[in-house]
Parts: sequence; C-alpha cells; structure tokens
Amino acid sequence: MSEIVFDSVAKSFGGEKVLDGVSFSVEKGEIFSIVGPSGTGKSVTLKHIAGLISPDSGTVSVGSRKIGYLFQGGALMAWLTVAENVALPLVETTSLPEKEIDDRVRAALSAVGLLDAADKYPEEISGGMRKRAGLACSLVRETDIVLYDEPTSGLDPVTAASINRLIVALNRERGVTSVVVTHDLESALAMSSRVMLLKNARILECAPPEEFLKSTDPAVMEFIAAAKGVLP
Amino acid sequence: MNSVVKVLSIVGWTGMVTARSVAYFPSVLVRRTSRQALFTHLYQTGIRTLPVITVVSLFTGMILALQVGLELRRFNQEVYLGAAVMMSLIREMAPFSCGLCLAACVGSAIAAEIGTMKVNEEIAALEVMAIPPMRFLAAPRILALVVMAPLIAFYCCIIGTVGGGIVGHTQLGVDFRQYMASAMSIAENKDLAVGLFKALVFGLVIGSVSVAEGFRTKMGAMGVGRATQHSVIASFLMILMFGYMITRMCYR
Repeated sequence: MSEIVFDSVAKSFGGEKVLDGVSFSVEKGEIFSIVGPSGTGKSVTLKHIAGLISPDSGTVSVGSRKIGYLFQGGALMAWLTVAENVALPLVETTSLPEKEIDDRVRAALSAVGLLDAADKYPEEISGGMRKRAGLACSLVRETDIVLYDEPTSGLDPVTAASINRLIVALNRERGVTSVVVTHDLESALAMSSRVMLLKNARILECAPPEEFLKSTDPAVMEFIAAAKGVLP
Repeated sequence: MNSVVKVLSIVGWTGMVTARSVAYFPSVLVRRTSRQALFTHLYQTGIRTLPVITVVSLFTGMILALQVGLELRRFNQEVYLGAAVMMSLIREMAPFSCGLCLAACVGSAIAAEIGTMKVNEEIAALEVMAIPPMRFLAAPRILALVVMAPLIAFYCCIIGTVGGGIVGHTQLGVDFRQYMASAMSIAENKDLAVGLFKALVFGLVIGSVSVAEGFRTKMGAMGVGRATQHSVIASFLMILMFGYMITRMCYR
C-alpha cells in the first residue's frame, strides 16, 4: 500500500525547473532513499511531502499527516534545552499531562542515546547530537512518516553510521515509513529498500539497491562511479 | 511598476502578519508556555532597553530645555520652560524617542532572530510539528512590544522632564520646583492618553514590521542582515507616518 504518491509533480523557482514531471510512490513501512547531485530537487521533494510547499502542477498524496522531518542542522530552538525541544510538539499541540510528556521525552531521548544531554542547549552539543535530538522530536510524536534531509552530512563516519543504524531501527521497530535524502550512496544502498536517483529535475532511476547498481543508464553509472571515488 | 507591486506585496504581508498575530493574543495569555515566552519578551523589551532609553530620554529633555529655554529667556519667559518641555515630550518626543529606541534595540533583534530561524529551517520545523509560528514566535513578541511601549513612553516622559529640569536649573537659572509646577500645570489627561496611544501603535508597528521582515528572510546570513536593516528603516518610516496621522486625528 502506497503511503506517498507523486504524480507528474513539477516545481520551479524563479523560472528554473527543480522538479519536472516527477512520479514515484513510497510504500508503507519502507526506507526509500533519494540520491543525486546537489540542486536537483531532493530537498524540494521532501518539502512537498511535508506540505511545506505545493507543486506548480501534478499532485502529491500522503497517507498520514503525522510526519517527522529531520532537517540538516537539526532545527532545534536555541533557547530551549534538548529535553524542552523534544517536549515542544507535545506541549504545544496536545493536552497530555506533564508526567506523560516527561516519560515520552525520556523514552525518545533514550532511544537516540541522548539522555545525558537532556539539559544541555543546542549550542552545547555536537552536530551529530543535534541531529539525534531532531530525530527524537519525531519519535516523541510517534509519527508514521519520517523525512531525513542529509542525515549524515558533515558527520564523522562513526557518528554517521550511528545515525544510519537509528534510521533502520526506527523503521524496523516502529514500522515508520522513511524517506532519506542523501549524498551518501553507500549508506542509501545498505539501508534502503529502494533508491531513486534525481538529476536535472527528473528521475533517472528508481529501483532496489541490487538493480540500481546494475543500471545501464550512463548517467546512473557515472553517479555510482563518482560515489565510489572512481575518477573518470 | 514592479517596485510598486513589491511594496504592495510587502505591505499586504505585514498586514497579514499583524492580523494573524493579534488574533493569537488571547491564546498567548491563556497558554502557560506562551505566557512564559511573553514574560521573557516583556523583560527583553522593557528592562533590557532601559539603560539606552534612559540616556536617550534624558538628553532629549535636556536638548529641548536648552533650545526652548534660550528662546524663552530672550522674552523673560523662562517660567514657562517646564510647560514647553512637558508639552513637547508628552505629545510627541516621548513616544517618538521610545519608538526609535525600540525599533533599533528590539525590532532589529526580532528580525535577526526570526530571520536566522527561517534560514536554519527552524520555522519549517515548527510547521511540520503543527505548531503555528505566528502563535509561537510572532504573537508573544508583538504583544510584549504593545504592552511595553506605552510604559516606556511614560518613563521617557518622566526622565525627559527631569533632564529638562536639570538644564533649566543649572544653565537657565529656573528653579526646579517652579519648573515642575509649570510642567504639571500644562499636562492634560488627553495629551497623556494620545501620547501613550501613539506609543502603543508604534509598538504594534515595530513588532509587526520586524516579525514580517524576519519571516521574509531568504539567502542565508546576507538575507538576515538585509531583513534587520529593512525592519529598522521601515519601522522608522512607519513611526513618522503614524505619528503624524495620530497627531492630525487628535489635534485638529
């Protein structure tokens, strides 16, 4: 059953086409990765799913409005502690008792390994910890879909691997549908059920990892070679 | 033609931000977390700007007293110095200098803060979490300015009058008690009400313009700088325009 469906979606900014007739679907509970060079509309695709922007033409259908979004910088409020940031969506949008909010915040922070940093402010923690805190904000809301925008960019390999493990664990344990935008093809191939390559505002390939690697499209082969560090 | 359309779209956007934020004022007072945010912004708007406001209003009163006093002395009418200073301050200069200080100190900070949040995608994060940014960010800041501006204008009036009295006593030979008696004799409730109303409108204008500019921010650090600059310039212009219009409306 499809959780997210893009049907001939087109989007332009200042006359420049960012998405041009893009159609794909994401199944419920799968990890779907979107890869591609910078400026090819990957983040714009995520913003369409989140409802932050609307397509110029075509339709975007999303099965649930309980969506979490891990932004590149974590997008935490600077004047709130990590725990207060994680509690924010519950405090502001629900009438849950304080005790239950505390319990859920602790559970979310524990799941991402940030219990010790609960009372720290965003500027006092590392980039990787900020991303994990951002993920906890999604966990605490028990979202059905989580969108990841470059979850491992700017992180050291060990921290990047820990974030990838979290994405997979969240998917397996909670059945969350995950859409991951990344430059890291290796991670995308390792954790995703399908990988989609966007280039020049169009989809070049959308296939399971094994098929993706066997693609005969020259642009896809070039991207795979570049990602593996093979010089032309 | 394009510039006119651009200006109209900015005015429309600022008007919409004002309307939506004002609609959230009751919710700011009702919700515990919003009330906490409001108190924080009341402190930042009122208490943290006091040193600057004090210096500005003290010197405004001193300059007024010196300029007016020298002219009055030519006609041996120094006895009316207090009345002249008080009238200028209560009707115009107190709300005006309060507005300029708030636009420079608070409005610029609001535009920069919200602009930075916009480029760092924190505002998008709030939208994804179904937290209305207008309620969470805009309403407490604007309400704090609306509440604090009249109080600060009143404070400006007191400090400015004292400043005028100091200059009158030390440089123009006007007895301080006589100066204060003259000042109090001219002050009317209507003048005070109009002055405080002006300050309230300035608070609303500064808050709305700064928040609207913050939300319009694009293009990283450069965009934040531009939003801050625009917010201060637009606030100054609006303070002058609304100041004239309110004076025109109330003193025909």
